[in-house]
Amino acid sequence: MLTYTIRRLILAVPTLLFIALVIFLLLELAPGDPMAEMPLTIPPEVKEKMREALGLGQPWYVRFYLWLYQFFIVEPQYWIDGLFGTNFADGAQRIISFQSRSPVFNTIAERIPQTLWVVGMSYVVGVIIALPIGIISAVRQYSWFDNFGTFISMVGFSVPTFFTGVLLIVIFSVNLGWFPSIYDTTLKVNDWPSFVKQLKQMAMPVFVLALYNAAQISRFMRASMLDNLGQDYVRTARAKGMTEKVVVLKHVLRNSLIPVVTVIALGVPQVFGGAIITEQVFKVNGLGQLLIIAIHGNDVPMVLTLTFIFAVLIVVFNLIADILYGVLDPRIRYD
Amino acid sequence: MLDAAPSKKPLVEVRDLKMHFPIYAGLLRRRVGEVKAVDGVSFDIMEGETLGLVGESGCGKSTCGRAVLRLYDLTSGSIRLEGKEIGPTPQAALRDMRPRMQMVFQDPQASLNPRMTVQAIIQEPLDEHTTLSTKEKQQKVYELMDAVGLNRRFAGRYPHAFSGGQRQRIGIARALALNPKFIVCDEPIAALDVSIQAQVVNLLEDLQEQFGLTYLFISHDLSMVRHIATRVAVMYLGKIVELAPREALYSAPLHPYTEALLSAVPEPDPSLEAKVERIILQGDVPSPANPPKGCNFCTRCPKVMDICREVEPETREVRPGHFAACHLHEITSQTAGKTAAQKEANERQHGE
Repeated sequence: MLTYTIRRLILAVPTLLFIALVIFLLLELAPGDPMAEMPLTIPPEVKEKMREALGLGQPWYVRFYLWLYQFFIVEPQYWIDGLFGTNFADGAQRIISFQSRSPVFNTIAERIPQTLWVVGMSYVVGVIIALPIGIISAVRQYSWFDNFGTFISMVGFSVPTFFTGVLLIVIFSVNLGWFPSIYDTTLKVNDWPSFVKQLKQMAMPVFVLALYNAAQISRFMRASMLDNLGQDYVRTARAKGMTEKVVVLKHVLRNSLIPVVTVIALGVPQVFGGAIITEQVFKVNGLGQLLIIAIHGNDVPMVLTLTFIFAVLIVVFNLIADILYGVLDPRIRYD
Repeated sequence: MLDAAPSKKPLVEVRDLKMHFPIYAGLLRRRVGEVKAVDGVSFDIMEGETLGLVGESGCGKSTCGRAVLRLYDLTSGSIRLEGKEIGPTPQAALRDMRPRMQMVFQDPQASLNPRMTVQAIIQEPLDEHTTLSTKEKQQKVYELMDAVGLNRRFAGRYPHAFSGGQRQRIGIARALALNPKFIVCDEPIAALDVSIQAQVVNLLEDLQEQFGLTYLFISHDLSMVRHIATRVAVMYLGKIVELAPREALYSAPLHPYTEALLSAVPEPDPSLEAKVERIILQGDVPSPANPPKGCNFCTRCPKVMDICREVEPETREVRPGHFAACHLHEITSQTAGKTAAQKEANERQHGE
């Protein structure tokens, strides 16, 4: 298993370099100009100077190499310096956003907490409600609970988040006035009332995203449970005289969780990617919103860095899902 | 009632066992009918004997075996195990009876939980039904593995690491864990190749001798049943058509369906093989959701009579210990002229 993991990690390096190149070239070929937003009164020669100041005067391969160098060498040095108070970086050039002229990673670090709180929490909530729903739906197949669960997950699947989000705002913010419609990032949680306020402003975006996640995962869970409930070894367990609880929770559930766990693991990168639309609807300034703004402003370093981080996460969680499969299912061995 | 050897008392008594599965259809999933998988089956299994249950695919053999162990909730009927009625008992109350009756399943691959080691699979019934210490359980698992001829070193392995024959041994060890009296073997050899079949059947026979087991041996392999069974029951479309001691059934079958089945058994001697007259049944087995009126076999019977299409034949003891459900033998006993009845039947058939 260890050699397999190491081999996969080594294989991931060329994969990720290739992904980085593709993203870079896509951004390079895409129409748009970082100077497009500048006032027209600026003379062309000044604009040219500004462009060169951003490093755009260099050929693409030089810029790509510089970005790689900054991403893999300079930025880690800054992290280490920040953690241990050393001075490896020695004032080297960091990846700078075209828009804010501040280091890209500082902005990302500012945005991550909101995304993790709102989108991450919605994923956790989604999983927590999806698993029992899936299990009960399968055990009581075609019962009213199952039919109701199917209906709810169809709704969660098919109604887009920009609709449910706005619907919730209209009902709970405008008409009932229970929850705020805008997420306040400046809120500091230091006592009970502020904690309650934080919960209130998280409630609606978390609900919208959790509905979507739960719809997906509960369907997976149900299908996997049904698949296993019909297996012969379940009949064996019943013939052994096990209680129904042991049959369902020990025999069926453990086998059913194998595919579901990998599906959950594969969904984690989406959390970091942020839910672009939901963050827009509730004005949560997380990573999703950051990416949208960066795309609007032709902020190539920001878009490139964010997209590349998502790619890394996807590759890593794919590997984690594969390893989990091997850990959970004794029939699968990687050596 | 169905006692061949009067000295022995029945361990399992099944009376008028019915197992119907509902069919739902339409938008509202209304009940539109039922598959009569087992439709009124009665038999006894004596202590220490092996009752062979044979019949073609889909005739209800496996359902019958599972129903006897109450892996299903019965439609109706009575099952007595060691004199104790278990027919209508709810599943929860049955759990205490499970150690007395066990099952060896057909598919040795699918019937073992892929995520449990051999040790865990064999030990689980002990955890549930006994109060042995961990060490005693471990010892018991090793003894069981010895009994079925599995190496003790394999206790920590998972089922996928074994061959089909070895997996079936695991299944047998698992069934033996709680010292059952009665074991239903549901086509235990059907998924194995021929060389392994003999090993497993011999193992089952040895274990029967060693532990005093009683088997209900379900199979479609007539030669194998002839080898292992004391008495044989033949099923067709959810009903037992003939039940007799092994030799009586194989040498002088009474029911036309049994005759047809036996004529299909390959004869190893080529000179005899040429003389064997095959009775080829025409048509397919009727749907168990919609069995024919009268005798279930009337649609394919080579000796069909008018009465067969109207009246369902009763099971009667034609010879001592030899039961058959066929109008041919009712007429025989009434008119005391078997040949005449057969001739008559043949004429009718030719007349069609």
